[in-house]
Amino acid sequence: MSVARPQDIACRELVEILTEFLDGALDEHSRTQVEQHLVLCSGCAEYLRQFRATIGVTRRLSEQDLPEQMKESLLDAFRHWRHGS
Amino acid sequence: MPAAVSTGGPFESPDAAQGGVLSSLSAEDHALIERLRSGDERAFLTLVEKNHRPMVRVAMNYVSSEGVAEEVVQEAWVGILQGLGKFEGRCPLRAWMFRILINCAKMRGGREARSVPFSALEREDGEGEKRSIESFRPPDDPRWPGHWAHAPERWVDERLGDSQALVRIKAEIDKLPPNQRQVITLRDIEDWDSVEVCEALGISEANQRVLLHRARTRVRQALAGWAAEVTS
Repeated sequence: MSVARPQDIACRELVEILTEFLDGALDEHSRTQVEQHLVLCSGCAEYLRQFRATIGVTRRLSEQDLPEQMKESLLDAFRHWRHGS
Repeated sequence: MPAAVSTGGPFESPDAAQGGVLSSLSAEDHALIERLRSGDERAFLTLVEKNHRPMVRVAMNYVSSEGVAEEVVQEAWVGILQGLGKFEGRCPLRAWMFRILINCAKMRGGREARSVPFSALEREDGEGEKRSIESFRPPDDPRWPGHWAHAPERWVDERLGDSQALVRIKAEIDKLPPNQRQVITLRDIEDWDSVEVCEALGISEANQRVLLHRARTRVRQALAGWAAEVTS
């Protein structure tokens, strides 16, 4: 099997399939191309690092509290459901 | 809303509480459903806290404002409670809840007379596109076609913890087309896996990944713009 070269996949193409790469959804050939490219191309390696960092920071948006009043009204609905069933 | 849960199929059979199909659920879902059915308020509140916000974001894909989306989610919670006793567990609890939500949201969206067609929202995609800081060589470049002309600048990772970075990301996500916004919300903010998102939204994995990738690309770009500002 021949060794993949960085030019086998262009940087422009690589950045378009990173979500598939991270999800493990690429076929083996494409995945190998991406991995080889990343070893040799510092620009794409940095892009991937930033892409992962972006996902990590986005995750922090989930830390939000709900207004007490809304929780109370939903809890009322829950109690009502309990007694109605 | 009884109509919201009368979509036929999985959550209709009255004998589901006997067990059977429920046993195919994850142990976590199974335990949660048992607690809910026995009236455990703590369990219900946890469910609400984990899901209310993402439900609002998903509902906003179908209705015109956040206020209406909040109302739709409240309706959906009533529908979820009504359906819970009959829930058979043929799909994960969360996916089932979101299908009920989407039914409610579609009904409300229909009542709103479709003043803003989905296709019009789709077109916002191009408008929101900003000029990228990075760029590629042209396809006819003699040596490195399609490779970096201007590769991404290194980020100072410590700064990513700034609340300003979060504000920038949130603003960018709010500007995304609704279908991209709901996928990135569930996958990256709420940390759902791909299969669960597809089940809840009724889209294919390939489609889901395209939407997610576009959304992530936009958010990374916004963050790159912010990183460039704070380091210059």
